[in-house]
Amino acid sequence: MIKFSDKQLKIPKLMRPVYLATVGMSKFDRAFPETRTEELCIQAFTAAADFVNMTPSELKKYIHTCYYGHFADHFGDQLLGEAVIHDRLGLDPLGNIGVKTGGATGGSAMWEAVKTVASGYSDCALALGWERMDEVPTDEGNHLISAAADKDWETPLGHIYTGYYAVMAQRYWKIFGKEEDSFRDTMAEIAVKNRGYARMNPHAQGPLKITIEDVKNSPIVAYPLRALDCCLMSVGSACGIVCDEKTAYEITDKPLRIYIAAGSHTLRVADRRNMTIPLLPNETTETYKDLGTRFPGSDRYPGFTGFLAARMAAYYTYRMAGVVDPIEDLDVIELHDAFTISDIQSYEDLGLRPYGEGRDYIESGDGYLINPHTKKQGKLPSNLSGGLIGCMHAVGATGLMQIAEIGYHIWNRWDEIHEPQEKWDAFGREKPDDWTSLQVKNAKRGLAISHAGVGSHVTTTILMDPNHLLKED
Amino acid sequence: MPKTEKEKGFVDIINGRYKPRGVFHTIEKNQPIFDKDTGKLAGVTNPRDMTYIHSYGGEAPFFEGLGKGRLMATRCDNDKCETRGSMYQPFRIYCPDCLRKNTIIDMTDIAKTTAKIHSYIITHRSGAFNTLPKPIKFINVEFEGVVTILMSVLAVGEPEINKKVIPIFNTKAPTYTITDLRFVVEGTSKSELPEGFTF
Ligand SMILES: [Zn+2]
Repeated sequence: MIKFSDKQLKIPKLMRPVYLATVGMSKFDRAFPETRTEELCIQAFTAAADFVNMTPSELKKYIHTCYYGHFADHFGDQLLGEAVIHDRLGLDPLGNIGVKTGGATGGSAMWEAVKTVASGYSDCALALGWERMDEVPTDEGNHLISAAADKDWETPLGHIYTGYYAVMAQRYWKIFGKEEDSFRDTMAEIAVKNRGYARMNPHAQGPLKITIEDVKNSPIVAYPLRALDCCLMSVGSACGIVCDEKTAYEITDKPLRIYIAAGSHTLRVADRRNMTIPLLPNETTETYKDLGTRFPGSDRYPGFTGFLAARMAAYYTYRMAGVVDPIEDLDVIELHDAFTISDIQSYEDLGLRPYGEGRDYIESGDGYLINPHTKKQGKLPSNLSGGLIGCMHAVGATGLMQIAEIGYHIWNRWDEIHEPQEKWDAFGREKPDDWTSLQVKNAKRGLAISHAGVGSHVTTTILMDPNHLLKED
Repeated sequence: MPKTEKEKGFVDIINGRYKPRGVFHTIEKNQPIFDKDTGKLAGVTNPRDMTYIHSYGGEAPFFEGLGKGRLMATRCDNDKCETRGSMYQPFRIYCPDCLRKNTIIDMTDIAKTTAKIHSYIITHRSGAFNTLPKPIKFINVEFEGVVTILMSVLAVGEPEINKKVIPIFNTKAPTYTITDLRFVVEGTSKSELPEGFTF
């Protein structure tokens, strides 16, 4: 649709407050040839129990409904894989359901879990996601991923999803990046930043100490995108448990408030019709009156350069949670950096900067833990987990990993998850000599997005310290 | 090894039902997977060779049109629809707003005179089962009066935003898939077209 009714623009309402009680995640890697998926899911669930000083069986006693995020059944050659995991977690005969929304699967599983608690149906729900993409040859894997595009109109064209996606990056690069070397450097900076942060994360699969030049010299995947501009392909699991207030405080003395909403847009980018920009609370029509003059060719919205699904998810969630200016109101953020350039696009969809000016979020230093210009804490550090570029993209788990990472900052327990030598040893990874804490000081509010491919589904999750809400219920 | 005619599967529709004939899968024994370092069993392979049977339904006129050198689109002609007159390429069977059946129109001439590149990407990668020559030059094509932007590939020439392109069609040996439609840059001669393709 290109015009919304008032009913469609209604700000979503949770019928009672919902809290995130605990989270957990497994080790992430490109392949686990000697580990079954359920072993990784149990690893994530056990981590969530450990985090609240419970045994898994103690934690399970609270759970009433389960939402499982697992996108690509056809990779595993197993339908109802959710039932397998549910059984192996020992959660039968509780009601459970699988959620599949591409790269947004993790966020969508959480979206469902939150709503089931808000409605009163359950007092405690599990959202657990995983993905397994290592059990087919790479070229067949590429084909299976391309099946997430339109099977008649896109997939036969090369059976390569990057091709359908990167055309958006190309248009953004030309119209908003103006093909400038400085813009190319900013893209590369994101890859350097996120891979660098991944070095401090024992769960992360792609840590690298690299330079802007390394990114610009890495092999071309689809110009202007190079290998180091692209996210990882991963295997792993992550989870979160949400509750009503009473149950949350039985599990932990410090649950976090959670708000979440979702948006969507056409599976084929081809079908995106021109429309006016839905405005966020920090924007007015003035914001965009001369956009077409400043960036010739940008007059078509969302066209190929904006993700309407992300914009709509933010439109709903900011108003649910009372966020007016995300840069001022939030302290830490996890974005879906599938590619460096799409990371920049999402800064605009989320209103970190207006459309056309996304690059400034990185160039100003706002997106760093330590702003490289001021040497002070950045205004809104992003992807301290390493993101999809440095940590992982185990599709069904990604959004949940990012929610977990935001949680660790607000709980002020980031170090506890990322520092212990025993964990580095258990994961068989070498802790860097220059390991430093990436804990955001005084983090009270944060946001994680979960995003599918060309932007067919996006969720935005906002977590808050309950003593620092922006809006009364 | 390409399959011989005898090893292939075909489908007809007889009395309103799919009737497969020929060979649809060959059975291949699985293999164990051992860890070369420990010598221990880790898993098995599960080889499988399958063929899907798929209906184009109301989009069939589009895919049949390509083999005849025609680019078929659709348009909403519902007087009561707020986006009446919108022309769709990709071909949409129903209007996304009023959900009334769209009118099928032949937009071949519009494509020949107004097609231009909205965006593009060149990639040397492809997935299994790809039939296009590499590198693949993906293009997104704008047409005058069409509210959407079609994804296709550029068969001849170098892509550039706003560059004019001309559709070509696999009319000699159609596959009846989207790969029967490709584009070339303006000024391409007949002799430069891929085998089987005509303007
Ligand atoms: Zn209509």
